[in-house]
This record gives sequence, C-alpha cells and structure tokens, in this order.
Amino acid sequence: MITESLVLSAILFVIGTFGVLVRRNAIIMFLCIELQLNAVNLSLVAFSRMWGIEGQLFVFFVMTVAAAEAAVGLAIIISIFRHYETVNVDSFNLLKW
Amino acid sequence: MELDFSRQLHFFWALLPEIILCVWGMAVLVAGVSGRHRKGAATEGGDPSFGGAADLGWLALAGVLLAGMANGWLYGVDEVGRDSMVALDGFRLFANWIFLVAAALSILVSFTYVYRQRLQAGEFFGLILLSTAGMMFMAGSRDLIVVFLGLEVMSIAVYALTAFNRRDRKSAEAGLKYFLLGAFSTGFFLYGIALLYGATGSTNVAEIGRVVASGTAPAALLTAGIAFLTVGFGFKVSAVPFHMWTPDVYEGAPAPVTAFMSAAVKAAAFIAFMRVFMVALDGAYDSWYPIVWWLAAVTMVIANVIALVQSNVKRMLAYSSIAHAGYLLVAVTASNETAAAAMLFYLLVYTVMNIGAFAVVISVAHQGEERLQVEDYAGFGWAQPAMGVVFTVFLLSLAGFPGTGGFMGKIYLLQGAADAQLWYLSVVLVLTTIASYWYYLRLAWFMWMKRQISDDQHDLVIVPLPMRVALMVAAVVVIYTGIFPAPALEFARSSVEGLGALSGSMLGLGQ
Repeated sequence: MITESLVLSAILFVIGTFGVLVRRNAIIMFLCIELQLNAVNLSLVAFSRMWGIEGQLFVFFVMTVAAAEAAVGLAIIISIFRHYETVNVDSFNLLKW
Repeated sequence: MELDFSRQLHFFWALLPEIILCVWGMAVLVAGVSGRHRKGAATEGGDPSFGGAADLGWLALAGVLLAGMANGWLYGVDEVGRDSMVALDGFRLFANWIFLVAAALSILVSFTYVYRQRLQAGEFFGLILLSTAGMMFMAGSRDLIVVFLGLEVMSIAVYALTAFNRRDRKSAEAGLKYFLLGAFSTGFFLYGIALLYGATGSTNVAEIGRVVASGTAPAALLTAGIAFLTVGFGFKVSAVPFHMWTPDVYEGAPAPVTAFMSAAVKAAAFIAFMRVFMVALDGAYDSWYPIVWWLAAVTMVIANVIALVQSNVKRMLAYSSIAHAGYLLVAVTASNETAAAAMLFYLLVYTVMNIGAFAVVISVAHQGEERLQVEDYAGFGWAQPAMGVVFTVFLLSLAGFPGTGGFMGKIYLLQGAADAQLWYLSVVLVLTTIASYWYYLRLAWFMWMKRQISDDQHDLVIVPLPMRVALMVAAVVVIYTGIFPAPALEFARSSVEGLGALSGSMLGLGQ
C-alpha cells in the first residue's frame, strides 16, 4: 500500500514539474505547482502510516500554506494581467525571462 | 529563567521576538489603512527631504527595536534539552540580529522611496516586518515543519513586496517570476522534507541527525531527500544553476525591496541551510558534500563571469549577490563550527554592505528608477563627495579589499574551508574574488575618474535624514568589522558553540 502511494505521488510530482516547465500560461503553471504540493501531501500521508501521526499533521500545514500562496499568487497574476491583458509568460519580456 | 518546552506558555517566551514582530506588523497594516494616515499621505506628508511615509516608518522601526530588545532578553534564558522545536541557541539569536539589522536598514532607506513612488506605506512596512518574522522562524527552528512554515511566511510576504509597485510593469513581472519559481522551488523543498521524514520517521532536526548518524535510514530515500532539499535551498539562496530568477527579480523589484531581499532572504535561507545540513544530515556528509561542493564552485565562477559584462547597476549587484551566495556555500560545504561562525560574520557584514550599496543606488536612480546604468554614475564621486566615499567603501567591501569587513569575512570563510581541507574550493574563492575586483572597481572608476555627462547630472540626488542614518551605520559597521574584526568574530564563535556537536552528543546519549 505504501509503495503504491509513493509511486503515485512521485508520478504526480513529475507531472507537476513537467507542467511548470512546459506550459506557458501562468495560471496553469500555478496549478501544476499545486499538483506538486498535493503529490507531496500524498507521500506524507503514506509515510505517516509507517511513522505515526506527524506526517498527517504536516499535511494540514501544507494545505494552509498552499491556500495562502494561492491568494498572493492569484493577486500577482491579476496585477500583471492589468498591464499586459494576457497571462502567457512568454509575452512578459521587459526582463529577460 | 529556564524554559521547559513541555509547558505551552514557555513557547510564548521562546518566540517573543517573532510574536512581537507579527503583532507589530499587523498593527502597522491597520494603521496604514486607517483614515488619518490615508488622508495624511495625500495632503500633509509632502516633505520629500524627510519622506512622507515617515510616521508609519518610525512605527515599524519601533517594532524592530522592541523585537531586538526581546532578542537581547533571550540571551538570559536557558532551555531544557537541546532538541525542542524552537531553538534557543546563539546561532538563532545571532541570526535574529542579522534579520533585525536588515529590516531596520531597509525601512530607513525606503522612507523617501515609498513616498515618491506613492506606495501604500502601511502595507509596505507591515510586509517587511511580517517577512522578517518568517525569517526568524526559519532560522530559529529545529523542526522541518517550522522551517517550511517560516520559509513560506517569509516568501509570501516577499512575493507581495516584489510586485508592490502596481503601476510599474517591471515590478509586476518580477513579482510573477519570483512567485512562480519560488513556489516551484517550495515544491522541491517540501518533497525533500517528506522523503527525509519517510527515511527517518521524524521532522525534528536533532532526531533526524540521530537516525542518519546511526545508519539505519534507507539510503535511497535519504539521498533523494537530500537532493530535493538541496534544490529547494539552492533556489532560495540563488545558487547557480538555480539562479535564473535572481537577476530579473532583483532588477524589477522596487529597489528597497531588492536590498532587503538580497540581504535578509539570503541570510535566512543560508542559516536554515546550515542548520539542517550540519545538524540533521551530518551523518550523511559524504553523500551531500560533492553536490554542495560543485554548487559552490559553479556559483562562484559563473556569477562572477556574468557580472563582468553587466551595464545595469542593479543587475550587476544581483550577480554580485549570486557570487556571494557562492562564497557562503563554501562555508556550508565545510560544515564545521569555524565555517558556521565565519558564515554568521560574513552574513552580518554582507547585509550591511549590500543594503548600503543599494541605498546609494536608490538615491541615484531618483524618481522612477530610470538612472541605473553605470554611465549614470560618471563623476558622481566629485559631485556628491560624501555619498561617493561611502559607496566606494561598500564596493570595496563587496569586492573584499583589505581594511573592510568583506575582506575579513572572506578570510574567515577561507579559514573554515581550510579546517575542512577544501583546498581547491579555497583557490576558486580567491581567484573569483580577484576577478570580481574588475566590476566593482569599474563602478568606482566611473564615479571618480570620469567626467559628468552634464553639469546638473547629480543635482537631483536627494539624501534624506533616515537614509543618511542608514548609510552612516552601514559604513561604520563595514569599516569597524574590517579594522577590528575580533569582537564580532568572537561573538559569532560563541554563538555557534555546540551547534554541530549537537547530533554527536545526542547520539552518544542515545547509544
């Protein structure tokens, strides 16, 4: 059970990583980052079957942090949309992206 | 007083500086949106020589001062045991001094900037205080959960600060870039923690250290965890090859935020890096030492080479800060007490000299940060002698000239490297330092040896009182630590006592 969960979590993490690297829409990139965080949550829960409650506690912290990050991140995306009318990161080229 | 962490209330005392900063940060936020200040900023606060945002700035400074007093008070407090969630050792308290100095200097240099750019002062200063609290959590924790929380509290506040100037495209772009890559690196950092937890069954640094040293942890999980953690920390300290965001973000962010970020965020990441790798992963030194060794070497070489060809001063200082991350990574590679003390000393000096240099950049850049090229500094030294002299001091110190704090810091880093017998890395450090003289001195050359482009080129440089104070303090610290380094170094030495020995002694008890 633990091994399967860990493998699934690793696969999700890799999908998230590739998503960030390949996709160019800021919101999709952000969603991929959320996928990474939730992949980590899955492995924390899996490990906590082995080691006790600590891992599950950690998951709650991660979820809270992800929510806070989403609030600030979406605000930043909105503020850049006001300037460029797009959220495609390739079109932000004032700084050498 | 002795703190026993089985009692909840004692956490409150142990976290007093952090709590003060959090409460104060929120108070500044509220004061900023209250009607009186909003109106005040529009009508009466129009004295540009002092800064219109002065009252909120002083309020924030008072908070930093109070937190500093609480931090000083903590020196008289002992803890029971050495593996509680909140560390009460000198390492944390020294790190707190660094963050508080960085916050105070950043607040002082941003008074006029906030006013001129019409930024919301309450939110600006409030976010600086809150991110400082996050740094303290990150540096002062012996539990990876709290390190992660501190990292995020710090980062989220700094994301917002980076994108703070809503009217400026560059600022929004820098904010988005920092946010996406920062959150991306957080994912790696978190995965590293999860794997370490899976390998050792704990998130406590001391506990992990014990398990790792006993050799019972599964090697594959442990190695993968270390690799992911290194990537996460590598992003935060902006080590090559995880540095791509640094120059762009540092260039786009409002200049006082860049000053704060390049000094304090880096310091917090390095302190946590050192604590986690030196205490928790000491038993696995052989598996992470080559990675960090290469990170350090590559960072020093590449950053210094790219910095040579920069013409934008903010960007040049960004690459210089990456290069300094490389020097500090040498201390992490050495991972002994001498190196840890050297790192604290260097971080302190680096904080003041970097914020000092950025303070001058803020003054010269003037209204909308339009004058940032090296040519804009032509003849600056003769037009504004006082500013020219302090800027030269900061540049020489960043380069590591004898007689400045930066030089002594590098000497101690080399000493730490020598203790760990990192001869090649020491040679790289010395050679890259010599190479870095070129781009720092080029700026000084422009300041003193070139003619002004036009006669009134530097007449618009305004140095208000708070910035003068910050520049004076920074210059005095840089010169003092350069000429009389012994007290500061002694202080750093006593601060790291017992840090690395922790896991070893605990192991002895455990067996």
